[in-house]
Amino acid sequence: MKTHAIDLGSIGRSQQNLDIGAEDISLSVRNLNLYYEGKKQALYDVSLEIPKQRVTAFIGPSGCGKSTLLRCFNRMNDLVDGCEIEGGIFLDDENIYQKGVDAPSLRRRIGMVFQKPNPFPKTIYENVAYGLRIQGVNKKRVLDEAVEKSLRQAALWDEVKDRLHDSALGMSGGQQQRLVIARTIAIEPEVLLLDEPASALDPISTLKIEELIYELKSKYTIVIVTHNMQQAARVSDYTAFLYMGKLIEFDTTDTLFTNPRLKQTEDYITGRYG
Amino acid sequence: MHINNDKKISLKQWVRSGDPFIWINAAAVSISVVAVVGLLLLLTVRGFGHFWPADVMEAKYTLPNSEGYTVAGELVETESVPLEQLLSAGFEIDSGAAFIDRMLLKQGNRDVNGADFAWVIDDYLSEKRYPSQLMTIERREWGNFYGYLQTIKQNDAVMSSADLWMDFQQRIERALLLYAKIEEIEKGNVGSINYQLERLRLSERGLALDDNVSSAARAVKMLEIESERTQYQQVYSSLQKDLASLYQQIGRDSFIAVTMDGTAVEIKFAAVVRAYQANAMGVAQKSLLYLEKFWEFLSDEPREANTEGGIFPAIFGTVMMVILMSIMVTPFGVVAAVYLREYAKQGLMTRIVRIAVNNLAGVPSIVYGVFGLGFFIYFLGSEIDEVLFSAALPAPTFGTPGLLWASLTLALLTLPVVIVATEEGLSRIPKALREGSLALGATKAETLWRVVIPMASPAMMTGLILAVARAAGEVAPLMLVGVVKLAPSLPVNGDYPYIHLDQKFMHLGFHIYDVGFQSPNVEAARPLVYATALLLVVIIALLNFSAVALRNRLREKYKALDM
Repeated sequence: MKTHAIDLGSIGRSQQNLDIGAEDISLSVRNLNLYYEGKKQALYDVSLEIPKQRVTAFIGPSGCGKSTLLRCFNRMNDLVDGCEIEGGIFLDDENIYQKGVDAPSLRRRIGMVFQKPNPFPKTIYENVAYGLRIQGVNKKRVLDEAVEKSLRQAALWDEVKDRLHDSALGMSGGQQQRLVIARTIAIEPEVLLLDEPASALDPISTLKIEELIYELKSKYTIVIVTHNMQQAARVSDYTAFLYMGKLIEFDTTDTLFTNPRLKQTEDYITGRYG
Repeated sequence: MHINNDKKISLKQWVRSGDPFIWINAAAVSISVVAVVGLLLLLTVRGFGHFWPADVMEAKYTLPNSEGYTVAGELVETESVPLEQLLSAGFEIDSGAAFIDRMLLKQGNRDVNGADFAWVIDDYLSEKRYPSQLMTIERREWGNFYGYLQTIKQNDAVMSSADLWMDFQQRIERALLLYAKIEEIEKGNVGSINYQLERLRLSERGLALDDNVSSAARAVKMLEIESERTQYQQVYSSLQKDLASLYQQIGRDSFIAVTMDGTAVEIKFAAVVRAYQANAMGVAQKSLLYLEKFWEFLSDEPREANTEGGIFPAIFGTVMMVILMSIMVTPFGVVAAVYLREYAKQGLMTRIVRIAVNNLAGVPSIVYGVFGLGFFIYFLGSEIDEVLFSAALPAPTFGTPGLLWASLTLALLTLPVVIVATEEGLSRIPKALREGSLALGATKAETLWRVVIPMASPAMMTGLILAVARAAGEVAPLMLVGVVKLAPSLPVNGDYPYIHLDQKFMHLGFHIYDVGFQSPNVEAARPLVYATALLLVVIIALLNFSAVALRNRLREKYKALDM
């Protein structure tokens, strides 16, 4: 008898019968090892596949390497001095760690939202237009359209349409986080990486973000890191459990939460350690 | 335990309560405020009182055992001195008092008396009076004249007029207008022609030195130069004619005035700046005159070895140099700081560089002056002269102290401040914002330009403010690299290339030193030292305030540092 510790919410999962074997794969991680400065290993031989247009959650206790793994997908770890990577991550069968891969262009295809809202000290409009301006788009009409579309997708348009040219710093935390999501999807990436996107927000804002994730799933492949297991259960289709830098178990969210293969996973999700 | 014990507080308790510390803090703050306010007050009172048209006193001065004579002048100050001191200075004094009051009179008439100022002993002055006819005349040379107007002469013929004083004022007015015209021609037109003739001479010489020009082409060029030169010379000779007639007109009138001791002096109207009868003037009239004199101080050129007239060239030179310095030091310092903080691999090397930069800030400024002289002027300057201004040699163009080198030396002096402040600002930009930009596909350079540097701009302004504050007050290095006592023209004028970076310039700080310590007329110079010092403080404050205002606007715009 398995214990049902988590009440499986109903927001996220529409399809109940998922099978990783039948999915299109967006990102595939193969035998990834990651070392920080001084040969301190943070990830051990991680291999998993991220299915297209699904929400994949990474769960695990603090320091288990879930954020580190997430930051490998858009090569954010390049910025860390002394960080070394073995193995590979394949985006559409191309290793993103190959020589000659341009990190900025990769990051246009794999967008990322961080734990704390980090809008630039610019207007709401300029925040959303930032990525496009970087790409050299300066036509007002094009930008106007893109800004409106992204803000609508991020369910923020109605709240801010009258103050697009006010500073983004005057918004609430939840609005700021949705603005950051709008900013990220304005450049139309294929993959959205969300690094604990709701951990700094209040419950209502969290709910809005979760609804937004559900909305965005139809267009984007989403990978979300969360330390909140209810959230993982609510929003994700697949869940990976990491512990001490190792991938312990990866399965559909239903299976992982109701019928985990390993005792270690069960102990974690039932709250026996964490 | 008594929690509320008002009866007695032991010393130990009092110290523990923190009260004495608060008192010490308050005392320190008050002393600082009092010092600053006192400094400004002293400068204001001593400096700006100078422009007030003081009453002129006339009195009989009779020293013991000698015949009395009449003295007149403005009372500058009164002091009490010990009798001994006066006796040993050779005064004959019959008073028994231990202390004697003496007065400093500005009696003017240097051409008659030999000295502008005289100390007189108060006890021997009698019949003090303030006659309304006694006039003060400010002259272009020989300082003030005090005396009574007697007659006005036109072409050496005595004129009779109903209202002598009115006629006198009108003739002064006329002479001033003519003088302004002469100034304009001499400084403006003739100066410009001289500049052009010098330019022609240089291009002629440059042509002669250039071996790559065929003789035919050279001849053509020479002809062009020659024709241009004759043109200028024609203009010049016509200007000369104008000048001659103006000089004749301005020299038409003169007047005769009598000094206290009865000497009649003939003075040309051309030599008069203004004349007034201070004793006959009311407060309102005096205030107007005060403002006029004060404006002259701000806007005019100095006269009489800088002891009279204005200090405009010094104000202009100071501001100009500070602006040039800012233009040079800001980009340079910012680029260096960005490299150090953003691009260089942090390690032993960057640590050493940082220590070196910080220590540069502690190098005495005169050392920078010596460096500027040795490196910029003698080395760089002479190289530039040889390559670009060889025609002018052996007269140096940039191989001599000048505005460019002074600004550059000060830029070097203030560079550490800008680097340190900018680095500080860069390090305070949250990592989250950089990552946010990078995650949107921006390169590191784009992130720097679009997010990091705009956000660090208030810190850069802080650096610039500190730099301006230091540079504007610096005098020692400037004495080596470009400041002079009296510059013949401003470094900016209407002749191409409009800004003359090679010229020497005047500076308020050096002006203070020069007027205060190098002046032949110490008493006349003293109030100017205070006034100039106050002006220097005000100008530095103004430069700083404008930079602070700019910084506050930037801060308002990029206030995201509390993330």
